[in-house]
Amino acid sequence: MAEINTNDIVRPENLTYVKSKILTDNVMHYCPGCGHSTAHRVLAEVIEEEDLQSRTVGITPVGCSVLMYNYIDVDFQEAAHGRAPALATAVKRLMPEKFVFTYQGDGDLAAIGTAETIHTCNRGENILILFINNGIYGMTGGQMAPTTLEGMKSSTSPYGREVATMGSPIKMADIVALLPGTCYVTRQSVNTAGGVRKLKRALKKAVQYQNEKRGTCFIEVVSNCPSGWKMTPVESNKWMEENMFPFYPLGDIKVPAE
Amino acid sequence: MAKIKGAVVIDRERCKGCEVCVVTCPTQTLALAVEVNAKGYHYSYAANPDACIGCANCAVVCPDGVITVYKVKVG
Repeated sequence: MAEINTNDIVRPENLTYVKSKILTDNVMHYCPGCGHSTAHRVLAEVIEEEDLQSRTVGITPVGCSVLMYNYIDVDFQEAAHGRAPALATAVKRLMPEKFVFTYQGDGDLAAIGTAETIHTCNRGENILILFINNGIYGMTGGQMAPTTLEGMKSSTSPYGREVATMGSPIKMADIVALLPGTCYVTRQSVNTAGGVRKLKRALKKAVQYQNEKRGTCFIEVVSNCPSGWKMTPVESNKWMEENMFPFYPLGDIKVPAE
Repeated sequence: MAKIKGAVVIDRERCKGCEVCVVTCPTQTLALAVEVNAKGYHYSYAANPDACIGCANCAVVCPDGVITVYKVKVG
């Protein structure tokens, strides 16, 4: 067998994977290894493959992902802290032909925006809520979030989260799955290639259900925060597998009847 | 038997050296460079390019989308 040179392989006809064109060339401000960047990339791929670029409106939160509109080349609207689902409700009701999604972290969705999240899901607004759960407030310096695990250290729980005084971590996906308005609730991750591919399939399902006007789709992505957790990206992924996944098990929580 | 040969092209100036691709690669093709890029990160590079099978797992997990994968059937 003749040896093949790398230069012979690197040709347009052999292309297997390249980042989506909808992801802009701006370098993302996220820390190395952050799950936000991976989630952005997958979302951009889905928007490109489903040909949604011209009719997508994204709602950005307050948190690390506040500058998301610099990285994905679709229309965006910035919401007040925690109010993304309320704004998404308005956008979807005014322009029902648009694909509307919110992208929120745990401080935005599970703390200041709990009311908006729950009532939007309860009304069954026809939107996609993408929830990035890394168990900590990344942007403000690693404070305890509602989703911080029991015993997990953060800058405002330096001896670990104590349930007696700080309460138990909140499972948002399980809560909204109980509401009749949600049609599809799932929990995914982005730490492995398999996880990323599953998230992509989940996002495509959410697009399909929104096109069919089936109700609110809620996708939780269990993610890492290497800087907030004070670990390297590889260590944080391992820590997440060992500690986050037992408490936040991956998989579909609610799927619509066919 | 037909064999798949792959190749990766990494945009080293955009790479943040998080090492997620290195641990994901099933054939140990990738490694972090000793040198750093303009931002001071030890960028990822194809240390063992002959081992690449073009599975694209590295590109799928890459947070910053800096990896492009090509593959071809040979033999």
